[in-house]
Amino acid sequence: MKSSVITFPGSNCDRDMDVALTKFGFKNKMVWHDDQELPKSDLIVLPGGFSYGDYLRCGSMASKSKIMNSVINFAKSGGLVMGICNGFQILVEAGLVPGVLLRNKYLQFICKNVHVKVDNKENTFFKNLDKQVLEFHIAHNEGNYFCTNDQLKEIEDNNQIAIYYCDQNGNTNDQINPNGSIKNIAGIFNKEKNVLGMMPHPERMIDESLSGEDGSIFFKNLLNNIK
Amino acid sequence: MKVSVIITLKKDVLDPQGKVIHETLDGMGFNSVNEVRQGKYFEIDVKENDPKKAKDLVENMCKKLLANLVIENYKIIETQ
Repeated sequence: MKSSVITFPGSNCDRDMDVALTKFGFKNKMVWHDDQELPKSDLIVLPGGFSYGDYLRCGSMASKSKIMNSVINFAKSGGLVMGICNGFQILVEAGLVPGVLLRNKYLQFICKNVHVKVDNKENTFFKNLDKQVLEFHIAHNEGNYFCTNDQLKEIEDNNQIAIYYCDQNGNTNDQINPNGSIKNIAGIFNKEKNVLGMMPHPERMIDESLSGEDGSIFFKNLLNNIK
Repeated sequence: MKVSVIITLKKDVLDPQGKVIHETLDGMGFNSVNEVRQGKYFEIDVKENDPKKAKDLVENMCKKLLANLVIENYKIIETQ
């Protein structure tokens, strides 16, 4: 299975993502943001980081870069696209998933492990996952998911919420919400469920001795789903 | 021709920075503040001398890049 990770100026999780994808069997290529064409891929990943220094709004500049036309076309034709952290911000700015990511509610950069509850397994990203609650890492300043009431209704009606912040038992509530996101939303799909944006970093949880292995579970399962 | 634009957060969008500025103003003794909302201001010099055309051009920029219309409003305040 082939994957491509896009590197924008200021991306800093692109190589981590490369290591993770390669470790679990993807043949991964790195793609520069200024390229026009994507290599043949089964999965495109927009990595975390601080593309363009987060100028104007996080992800806004990167969403207009040359390669994004190809990414948007790839997504519109049903290709799998995953945006992590800054990649999620780029996806919302590109209009590939609904809503927007605001400054964290308490104005702090948050860097810690969190638990997320997988809500919808009828999609390529989470199908057959044998865990309901995963431990991932978050590191962001603008992860406070926001959308209009009309958008929220549409998102809920179409089962587009991918993961929620929760405690280790899978309970979602205000106390466990790290950044003020509406409904504890940590990740969201497009309507067709072939595009996933999420703030947590699964690529940081792929080594038993360094972190934990919930990222490994996620990537192994993803690879099996794509095969 | 220069065009000025102000981008503000929509009414229902939480503005934690505005809130902190408000609290700081309170702490400094400015007790008569009801609310503070922080926004962005742009001065854009365009190669266009017709005010209507310059305004339309900048309006297009607002819609496509300068503002995110899910959370922000834009207002073109001045062309000169």
